[in-house]
Amino acid sequence: MTQNADHVLDHFDLFRGPEYQEMLANKKKMFENPRDEAEVERVREWAKTEEYKELNFKREALTVNPAKACQPLGAVFVAVGFEKTIPFVHGSQGCVAYYRSHFSRHFKEPTSCVSSSMTEDAAVFGGLNNMIDGLANTLSMYKPKMIAVSTTCMAEVIGDDLNAFIKTSREKGSIPEDYPVPFAHTPAFVGSHITGYDNAMKGIISYFWDGRAGTVEKLERKPNDSINFLGGFDGYTVGNLREIKRIFGEFGIKYTILGDNSDVWDTPTDGEYRMYDGGTTIEETLEAVNAKATISMQEYCTEKTLPLIAEHGQEVVALNHPISVKGTDNFLMTLARISGKEIPESLARERGRLVDAIADSSAHIHGKKFAIYGDPDLCYGLAEFLLELGAEPTTVLATNGGKAWEKKMQALFDSSPFGKNCKVYPGKDLWHMRSLLFTDPVDFLIGNTYGKYLERDTGTPLIRIGFPIFDRHHKHRYPVWGYQGGMNVLVTILDKIFDTIDLATNVPAKTDYSFDIIR
Amino acid sequence: MSVANNESVAEIKARNKELIKEVLAVYPEKTAKRRAKHLNVHDAGKSDCGVKSNIKSIPGVMTIRGCAYAGSKGVVWGPIKDMIHISHGPVGCGQYSWAARRNYYIGTTGIDTFVTMQFTSDFQEKDIVFGGDKKLAKIMDEIQELFPLNNGITVQSECPIGLIGDDIEAVSKSKSKEFGGKTIVPVRCEGFRGVSQSLGHHIANDAVRDYVFDKMDPNRPAPFESSPYDVAIIGDYNIGGDAWSSRILLEEMGLRVIAQWSGDGSLAELENTPLAKLNVLHCYRSMNYISRHMEEKFGVPWCEYNFFGPSKIAESLRKIASFFDDKIKEGAERVIAKYQPLMEAVIAKYRPRLEGKTVMLYVGGLRPRHVIGAYEDLGMEVVGTGYEFAHNDDYQRTAQHYVKDGTLIYDDVTGYEFEKFVEKVQPDLVGSGIKEKYVFQKMGVPFRQMHSWDYSGPYHGYDGFAIFARDMDMAINAPVWKMAKAPWKDDSNSKLLAAE
Repeated sequence: MTQNADHVLDHFDLFRGPEYQEMLANKKKMFENPRDEAEVERVREWAKTEEYKELNFKREALTVNPAKACQPLGAVFVAVGFEKTIPFVHGSQGCVAYYRSHFSRHFKEPTSCVSSSMTEDAAVFGGLNNMIDGLANTLSMYKPKMIAVSTTCMAEVIGDDLNAFIKTSREKGSIPEDYPVPFAHTPAFVGSHITGYDNAMKGIISYFWDGRAGTVEKLERKPNDSINFLGGFDGYTVGNLREIKRIFGEFGIKYTILGDNSDVWDTPTDGEYRMYDGGTTIEETLEAVNAKATISMQEYCTEKTLPLIAEHGQEVVALNHPISVKGTDNFLMTLARISGKEIPESLARERGRLVDAIADSSAHIHGKKFAIYGDPDLCYGLAEFLLELGAEPTTVLATNGGKAWEKKMQALFDSSPFGKNCKVYPGKDLWHMRSLLFTDPVDFLIGNTYGKYLERDTGTPLIRIGFPIFDRHHKHRYPVWGYQGGMNVLVTILDKIFDTIDLATNVPAKTDYSFDIIR
Repeated sequence: MSVANNESVAEIKARNKELIKEVLAVYPEKTAKRRAKHLNVHDAGKSDCGVKSNIKSIPGVMTIRGCAYAGSKGVVWGPIKDMIHISHGPVGCGQYSWAARRNYYIGTTGIDTFVTMQFTSDFQEKDIVFGGDKKLAKIMDEIQELFPLNNGITVQSECPIGLIGDDIEAVSKSKSKEFGGKTIVPVRCEGFRGVSQSLGHHIANDAVRDYVFDKMDPNRPAPFESSPYDVAIIGDYNIGGDAWSSRILLEEMGLRVIAQWSGDGSLAELENTPLAKLNVLHCYRSMNYISRHMEEKFGVPWCEYNFFGPSKIAESLRKIASFFDDKIKEGAERVIAKYQPLMEAVIAKYRPRLEGKTVMLYVGGLRPRHVIGAYEDLGMEVVGTGYEFAHNDDYQRTAQHYVKDGTLIYDDVTGYEFEKFVEKVQPDLVGSGIKEKYVFQKMGVPFRQMHSWDYSGPYHGYDGFAIFARDMDMAINAPVWKMAKAPWKDDSNSKLLAAE
């Protein structure tokens, strides 16, 4: 018997016991009609070849292990960043169960979101009644200050019209005439979760700035000195937004973070459950029209939102997930230029500390090859940083990256001698990445939790940076933006490099001559 | 912490009834009327729990339920390891369910097994407008080329498929023919069908019937020599290895397990199953349909069992043995005796730490009732329970075999109701899902995920019970719960608080 009451064995030990191993071997042999082992081995080896890669890259229809999710996920991400706001997703209810689970697995926090629970009858007759009843129920139960509506693909395919439905809901008394219900159509078959972020953010901003869906006068902009800030879809939103607030504080700049979900996804355990916490208020959102400028940390999350803001007379600046020294330099110089304030000495010192750390450590990173995948802006920010470290971001892949991103990545490669052998892969998935890791091997892989399958299959050590991170805890609490963020990323990369060297040099009397105590 | 212990049953019942009234007060009138039918206080001796079930969720209330796709791809089909399951439609459904259920399996992933992969047709606008059938056909070609050792393909429909009028049956049929009779299974599990995961289970069961059983060559050679002791495990998804720690007991008592449905299962095992002498059914809710079908069509009897906790395991082993001869009956007794010292040791270690603790559950198919015995083996008491997607026959089983007088029953509970119930009942432990976990932990209530075993497990079988007991102790007696209140804050009115 394997199990033991004094020392209870978990699954990873339990099933290695001889009884279980024998049982599983018999199961396979007798009942599974297994493939011939040599044949499995042959195909496994074949899947590592150049020939397989070519076939793999010829795929036109099948997607395998994509690194992207669908639009409504981004809409939920945006909605929970506004004060006492419930995301209301119009369509099938299973989708909402998925978004909530997905975020909770990443942040280890609750995520509140409701659905209009459309079923077959709604598919035939439309989901108007679901909207009318749903808004009334949500309002009376959860007493939100605002309900932010988006759509699943079901509602989009049958063509439900949010504006008309919400209007009718008001007429039917399900919500008060002046109750704020911004909305955005977020079809899952267009773009990805970053498109959903963009559409939902644009939906909320245009709703409040442009007359609440035709019910009040449009806001007239009275320019002030404030700066608006958009983070984009970001798995590090908790740590990053706090870091950004600190940076604005150091400057003494008035600012508004639109969609500040850093509190609602980091509430304390103190005996009280806070369904809502923090978030951008409606007043702040209204006031934001008057800002001098809006800065987006992620260009490809705000492709529609920024032009809308620009139309209102503000300067808009799009950055690409600044992690590198140069990225943060650019961010701070932009803040200084727009605000007319000098970059505080405290931040200059932080810069110096990051450069100091790079100088101390870059010998261990210099010349190493990296494969990166993730959202387009994150990929850019990481690649830019690696180039500064003297590393080569040899393979950069974004399933939701497009042509413009491809060009921009190529320009980044072209700007550095370390970018000479680097290639960008827009629209590809992690099965493509698997081929590339075999045919064009790298030293390290940077990606989200799903990268662990690539690590297992190809032996490329995985550095977990991205979204979602399900199998490591609390990473989202640490910023990756700003000089402090760059420092965190640097340390994360270094830890993996040193661990990898240690693992490769720990066999006594064989390799441990290099098992150095000082590195 | 618990307030339940000092109350009489009559007081508990009165308190729970009052509590139901209180939560219903928050709803608009129409909604309150509908929700009232799903909430009740159990009266001992009744044949069911007195709640309506398997009814549409109400819009906007924050139901915890999923959809038919989740029931088919996520539960029934997804774990079949040597087939490739295409999430057919937009990218999200497959992405959010990718490897999330921990259906353990043995195999070389990406080569001869595919469970923890996400195959999707990643629908774009043009696929919606012009239809996705051609794309689907091409996907099957590409699968054949790049994953030549797959033993079959299923098409797991997402919402748009049924709305745009795609004919996935025709594509599957023609491709199956083209690939020499390959098993290709179209599944109409669009998320808008039915009211929860449940219809997805049913549709998936029917798809096994129509596209596996009905397509089998009746004259095919027997895959193995039959024995009088052949059984199949039905309705165990091998979460954290549950089916393995169950299988070992059946084999130790002298039975031969010829198939697992569907955790660590294979197409061959599905095909083997009509040869079984008995189907043993763990998750009744998700696989009773195919069990009934096999009984009707192939004459294979089935029996439900419960492998949570030593009391129910022993009862179940004897029940299963009763279908066989004395050799197996003796085998059951031998297995029970073999594990008795382990069970005694586990209970001696953990029961003193857990005695009298109260639990509230809200889970899916079988666990809201099946785990009650395991808690009772540890001296704990389940004071509230409910199902995401039960039907009335589940509540009958619950009432007749499991719950105590006065237990609070909540069907398709809403986020609001569940929080309020826990706030008022103040149980020592809540067992539910990932969406609920952090809500209750914030309130300072120990919690275990009872879908995924909180990434632990197995919980089935004797080996699993040791882990179950350890985990419940670890949850309830973790030092962290004593730290939730800051020492300088007034503690006189300390209570768990739901969101206002």
